[in-house]
Amino acid sequence: MSIAKVLLVDDEKPFVETMMKRLKKRDVDIVAAYDGQEAIKCLAGDDNIEVVILDIKMPVMDGMTALKEIKRKYPLVEVIMLTGHATVETGIDGMKLGAFDYLMKPCDMDQLITKVAAAAQRKREHEQKIMEARIQTITLRRP
Amino acid sequence: MFGLIDDSIRYKGNQIMDKEKSKKKNYRSLMRNVVLTILLTALTPTLVVSIFILNQFADSYQKKVHDHFTLLARKHKTIIDLFLEEKLMDIRLLASAYRFEELGNESLLNRKLIEIQQAHDRVFVDVGLVNSKGLQIAYAGPHNLTGASYADSEWFKTAINNPYFISDVFKGLRGTPHFIVSVRQEIDGKPWILKSTIDFGEFNILVENLRIGESGFAYILNKKGEFQTSPIAEVKPGILIDHFEKNGILDRPNSILKLKNNDGKELIYNVTSIKKGEWVMVLQQDYDDAFAELKVTQKIAVLIIVVASLCIIASSFILSDILIGRISLADEEKESADKEKEILAQQVIETGKLAAVGELAAGIAHEINNPVAIMIEEAGWIQDLLEEEDLKQSENLEEFYRSLKQINTQGRRCKDITHKLLSFARKTDPRVVQISINDLLKEIVHLSSQRAKYDNIAIHTELEKHLPAISASETEMQQVFLNLVNNAMDAIDKRGGSITLTSKLVGDDLAVMVADNGAGIAEANLSRIFDPFYTTKPVGKGTGLGLSICFGIIKKLGGDIHVRSTKGKGTTFEVRIPVKKEAELPQEDALDTG
Repeated sequence: MSIAKVLLVDDEKPFVETMMKRLKKRDVDIVAAYDGQEAIKCLAGDDNIEVVILDIKMPVMDGMTALKEIKRKYPLVEVIMLTGHATVETGIDGMKLGAFDYLMKPCDMDQLITKVAAAAQRKREHEQKIMEARIQTITLRRP
Repeated sequence: MFGLIDDSIRYKGNQIMDKEKSKKKNYRSLMRNVVLTILLTALTPTLVVSIFILNQFADSYQKKVHDHFTLLARKHKTIIDLFLEEKLMDIRLLASAYRFEELGNESLLNRKLIEIQQAHDRVFVDVGLVNSKGLQIAYAGPHNLTGASYADSEWFKTAINNPYFISDVFKGLRGTPHFIVSVRQEIDGKPWILKSTIDFGEFNILVENLRIGESGFAYILNKKGEFQTSPIAEVKPGILIDHFEKNGILDRPNSILKLKNNDGKELIYNVTSIKKGEWVMVLQQDYDDAFAELKVTQKIAVLIIVVASLCIIASSFILSDILIGRISLADEEKESADKEKEILAQQVIETGKLAAVGELAAGIAHEINNPVAIMIEEAGWIQDLLEEEDLKQSENLEEFYRSLKQINTQGRRCKDITHKLLSFARKTDPRVVQISINDLLKEIVHLSSQRAKYDNIAIHTELEKHLPAISASETEMQQVFLNLVNNAMDAIDKRGGSITLTSKLVGDDLAVMVADNGAGIAEANLSRIFDPFYTTKPVGKGTGLGLSICFGIIKKLGGDIHVRSTKGKGTTFEVRIPVKKEAELPQEDALDTG
């Protein structure tokens, strides 16, 4: 049983590859994308992705634009901003757009795992609440 | 080496001194030119006009004096000539009214003498009838001169040959000065003379009474230089007549001349021909007396010109001094402004350089950060692999761990450095807007809620309502309070704790307190926590810049930031920001707690 299904989005291939190996070793089901557009495609093709670890500075589509797009199309998917130039401002900006949290590169693996777990937990809670609400609605509709 | 520096300093010192000397020389030269220009333009016309006016005045005055002399002379010439003509006419009338025989009757002569004496106030002294041989055959007068012979007298010789005659003054038989008026008549082809002696005193009064100024008087000379009247002061008539004769003055009806006497004193003379050119009437006055008023006026005028010139000279110096002073001041100001401009230009260049260096550093930091992240991840991956059981048997396992730890530690050092550089180079929005501090604090709480939740931290707020707005940059304010909240959360250990955000109005300041019940700060560290790069956090946790940046932002707003802390009990940061009262924002409730 994995902690969560995570999409890691970063244009630095070596970083993505190593990070994937390390996260897999810690029971994280991980897939990767190398820019924002590719990340949107991945999300479209995989409903099980719970958490997106998103770099900010990327080619084709940057992290902030991708965040807006993800939150518009998949509001339940939690996003953790992970960036080389994460500052208080970029972190705040990201969180204002709906990101779960932000981390600065290079990050502490334990901290990342904790945040990923917390983000997945929140998504599941949200889904649970929505599910409950739907069941309640269906139950109420029955004569 | 030091010798070279000394020489260089001395050379520069000499250059400055030379420059100063040259400047002073230029100012002196400029001052001299300005003074000369002012003097030339102001003094020259003044002097020229003054001299011209003085000359004109002197000429006019001289003409006036000459005219006065001439007028007096003409007046007196008329009086004297009339006097003589009148006396001659009386005698001519007497000679023509009576025959020779009748006039030979002394009683008739006496009667006629009394008549003309009564008519002319005793000017006629006597009357005598003289025949052609010079014998006085009848006489009426105070002396007994009947029978007196004038055959050898000079006057008789002239008188017997002229129809009428007025003699020069002479002493004659009576021994007192007098002159004779005579008329020649003929009887039977033989001439006879009726003559009368004129009182010298009466004649002398006509001239003696003439006074001009303090020193002027008149006298009459004949062509031989003999006095015909008595001068009131000493006069050397011989020299005068010689001079008059040499210069042809005796031939002119009226002349004015200036001569020096034996004492060297200058005298002004008016010489008028009278008695048909036989005599000259001389009006004489000291030159200084005649021109006394002119001299006084000239002295006053010269004094005024001298004073005016001195004033002009003094003014030229004062004005030049003021002018040069202002020019010097303007030069100094210009030099100072040039220097300031130069410094400013230098500063702009330096600032530009710094900005360029900052941009470059930020770029490098960002580019380095990614490879460093990869290196650390790779080290982490190796560490993960070492956890595999088969590798645990390796005898170098500890050395691997030590090496990986070192890679990790140094990688994080690189990260800290790059983050510091990025933090300094990043751009914030500096626009000053009206901010509701309570709204800002609520946003901070929201942003921090996730971390707080996983760190078991409860965030409470005690926000006073109706707080006035503050004018500040929103991003800067977010930075300040997020930093303080993050620090508070860092201070609380894994067992959890609480943070309280309080806002209230204290006097004219808006006070915001961020209080935690965390580890607290040791008293020794309290004084240094706002110093840049000072941190008490473990390596890799803090840059030591957060609070110093907060401190800078709050100070820039004119506010202050204080800290109170008790080790083991917690820390409270209090931020004070001055507010403008008119900027109060409306809020609904009295106290908002959460």
